[in-house]
Amino acid sequence: MADPQGQAQEKQVILPLQVLYCGVCSLPVEYCEFGPRFTKCKEWLEKNHPDLYPKYYSEEALQAKLGTLSLEAQSKLEKESAKKEAKADAKADAAQKKKLVLQVTIKRIERNKRKFVTSIHGLEVFDVDLKKAAKLFAQRFATGASVTKNAAGIDEIVVQGDVSQEVFDMIAEANESGGEGGGKGKKGLDVLRGVVVDNIELVEEKKKKG
Amino acid sequence: MFKKFSASGDISGQTPVKSSVQRSIRTSLLSQWAVDIDTLESFWPKKESITHVKCRDHIAIYTLQGEPLFFQHFDGPFYPTLKLLHKYPFLLPRVGIDRGAIRFLLAGAHMMCPGLTSKGGYLPSADAAIPEGAPVAIFAEGKEHACGIGITKMDTEQIKKINKDIGVESVTYLGDDLWAIQKL
Repeated sequence: MADPQGQAQEKQVILPLQVLYCGVCSLPVEYCEFGPRFTKCKEWLEKNHPDLYPKYYSEEALQAKLGTLSLEAQSKLEKESAKKEAKADAKADAAQKKKLVLQVTIKRIERNKRKFVTSIHGLEVFDVDLKKAAKLFAQRFATGASVTKNAAGIDEIVVQGDVSQEVFDMIAEANESGGEGGGKGKKGLDVLRGVVVDNIELVEEKKKKG
Repeated sequence: MFKKFSASGDISGQTPVKSSVQRSIRTSLLSQWAVDIDTLESFWPKKESITHVKCRDHIAIYTLQGEPLFFQHFDGPFYPTLKLLHKYPFLLPRVGIDRGAIRFLLAGAHMMCPGLTSKGGYLPSADAAIPEGAPVAIFAEGKEHACGIGITKMDTEQIKKINKDIGVESVTYLGDDLWAIQKL
């Protein structure tokens, strides 16, 4: 019994390999040059792991990387990756702009004569975890809440009952200027953080589910 | 296979796996991959049970505590996820592609024979030849870690001889949608 156990110990010490994944592009550090944000990856590596930086980006390392590619092929590659990076930056900017413009819509939909459901859509753009937010609403209001995909494929949170005003207040509270709203003993509200309050819209709808 | 894959849209369900099925999966892994019981034990302990996540196109991903470990298509061979392969690089036989092919692989393309037979590429010698239809780890010239996993479309000897068309079909690669999924 002693020998196989000794062998097993030896094997386990060698593996598993620990791989350093770049904080920016999540690929192993040596593949950052193929990612869309190469310059940021380089900065990240230099800041966080300065000991490894020369291993990948020193002069000899760069020379060795050229490898079997001819000079023109290499310069073509560089131009293309610069283009990709510019595109990725433009996309990130556009996404940021969208965030400012996009609205969160809180709809109050009539279900029966005196029963309503509240639908909240648009939270995704603000990086709110919909499932957690739905659970939070369900807990707070003691009713059912769920995440569904509506027509147009955008996820929305549907809460039973007419809670539109309360939801609005919750989001406002979670985003109080100064950022204090979340921590004041009302735990869980920080799920809703990040929503710009001016962008919320309350709507009433007389949708009849035929 | 995972070029367009989203956790919200493409997963139909998650089920725990019966222990009899788990045992058979363990034995298949032992036979298909270059792994022994102790290594298998280190990433898939005996006591833990994996979850079977069903995805579209008959793809099944097996996860342990949310983290995907390996997957299969239909009843085909088991492929480890790239993250797992990085930790245990010897799981699958190696093939190498040259530097110019890296960016195409990372965009999801299949590997053509010339990329494998050129100066920067690597194919095992005749005595370690890989048959057709075997999962392989794709390494890149000058890189330490695998950049993708593929399945051979031709024997390695045929790849060297014919040197035309697709040699290794890419199954998953760095930065694809499966790589992006941390937790299922």
